[in-house]
Amino acid sequence: MLTLGSTHDVLYALTSLTAKEFKVRYRNMSLGILWSLANPIIVMSVLTFVFTFIIQNAKQYFPLFLLMGILPYNFFCLAWTTGTTSITDNAALVKKISFPRELVPFASVLANALHYLIQLGLLLLATGIVIGPSLLWLWLPVIFVLQILFVSGLSLCSAAFNVYFRDTRYVVESATLVLFWLVPIFYSFGEIEQMTQGYSFLRTVLSYNPLAATIFCIRKILLYGEFFDWSTLIKLTGASMSSMMIGLLYFRRVQSDFADCL
Amino acid sequence: MAIVRLENLSKRYFIHHKRQLVAQRIWKRLQRAEEPFWALRGVSFTVQGGETVGIVGHNGAGKSTLLEIIAGTASPTSGKVERRGKVGAVLEVGTGFHPDLTGAENTHLNAALLGMSKTELQRKFSSIVEFSGITDFIDEPARTYSTGMLSRLGFSVAVHLEPEIIILDEVLSVGDQTFLRKCIKEINRLVNEGTLALVVSHNLDVIAALCGRVIWLDHGRVKSDGPVDEVLPRYVGEGFLSNPRILHPIKKTVLGADE
Repeated sequence: MLTLGSTHDVLYALTSLTAKEFKVRYRNMSLGILWSLANPIIVMSVLTFVFTFIIQNAKQYFPLFLLMGILPYNFFCLAWTTGTTSITDNAALVKKISFPRELVPFASVLANALHYLIQLGLLLLATGIVIGPSLLWLWLPVIFVLQILFVSGLSLCSAAFNVYFRDTRYVVESATLVLFWLVPIFYSFGEIEQMTQGYSFLRTVLSYNPLAATIFCIRKILLYGEFFDWSTLIKLTGASMSSMMIGLLYFRRVQSDFADCL
Repeated sequence: MAIVRLENLSKRYFIHHKRQLVAQRIWKRLQRAEEPFWALRGVSFTVQGGETVGIVGHNGAGKSTLLEIIAGTASPTSGKVERRGKVGAVLEVGTGFHPDLTGAENTHLNAALLGMSKTELQRKFSSIVEFSGITDFIDEPARTYSTGMLSRLGFSVAVHLEPEIIILDEVLSVGDQTFLRKCIKEINRLVNEGTLALVVSHNLDVIAALCGRVIWLDHGRVKSDGPVDEVLPRYVGEGFLSNPRILHPIKKTVLGADE
């Protein structure tokens, strides 16, 4: 898929770039990678506090419920925003070395996926202790890969767009802020269904959000110990594949002029 | 055999004098009302393996644009580029080195992006470091390196790629005499083995010492293309190099006693 017309050892180039992105983020911090764990835990604590003491709610395992929303959301946002600026941030490489450039947004998404993987590991540990493990967990890698594909496609588009219009970055950042409220992080799908009764259009829009579907699947598997459903899986796969296809096609179409605008 | 053939190559940039809204820019682009700037106009030449060609010209003559197009990082507006052979380009001092990564980490990344395979790099790593002469500092972050160290490491990676086309943009102007001599020897070795070398430098001593042929770019056009002894004196003009024979002592000082 990536090797078209290239003499490169593409896999090696991709792992090197990913390793670079991963190392660079926390290189000069004394706490290093612990920061990627600190952020979700802080958000979880604040939300737990607010939704336990200020606004009552009766959800079971509420902190875990929150984490299952925060972690996929955080990964999505970080991967998308760093993916968006990946080409402009790596202008020196893109301008001066001839290599398959789609590797740059990919590497930036994958580096974030590594952080996500560590966070998910800890989430699984906590879930295993509190609720207990289940065979359904084997579905998680599928959801994980689909989410990576979806964000990669989006990032390819926005990264290319950001080269020509640097405003893209701020559009993406604003979009992620909006998403925090539109995606069921501190509420559940059941609540959406209740709230949107009579507004079937709104419900359709919300239910076609791939990020929301990802969170839905993760909660079903980890929290409720149930299989999600085939229709969600098919929709999610379709969304991820088309995102990837559109992203690659668009990126390839416009990438030859990148050097002019960097 | 390695070859670079350019046919009637032109490159146009658009100049944006002031900040514009997205819609304005798209509108202007559609109306073709943007102000064009031609960095290259109708450039044609052919360079073959075994040749070392120097490219000279004043600032803004289009040298770097030309090298970027030949290296494949930029695309021409019109015209044709034919390129056969593996390209090793050092288009800038310390090409894309990340300041927070160590010299070793940067070497790995650079080599991987230039197209070296993992096994190849593992085999050549110690030789790359040794050639660059920064063995003691290879595990220090690149931000602590001097410009000379960066370009030495960048050059070292590029030659170890064993490229069929090597492109050097102002890389040879920053090292010291000892390293310069090593570089020239290395480039000559590659060229003798059939590599094609393109060198941009404002240091005419380097061009004189290294290149058999010189292409003089002026405002995006080829003003002169021929043997170094003919083109270089004309480029320097009525100044001190008007006598081609003066080139030879310069060659000697650059190459040193061992040549």
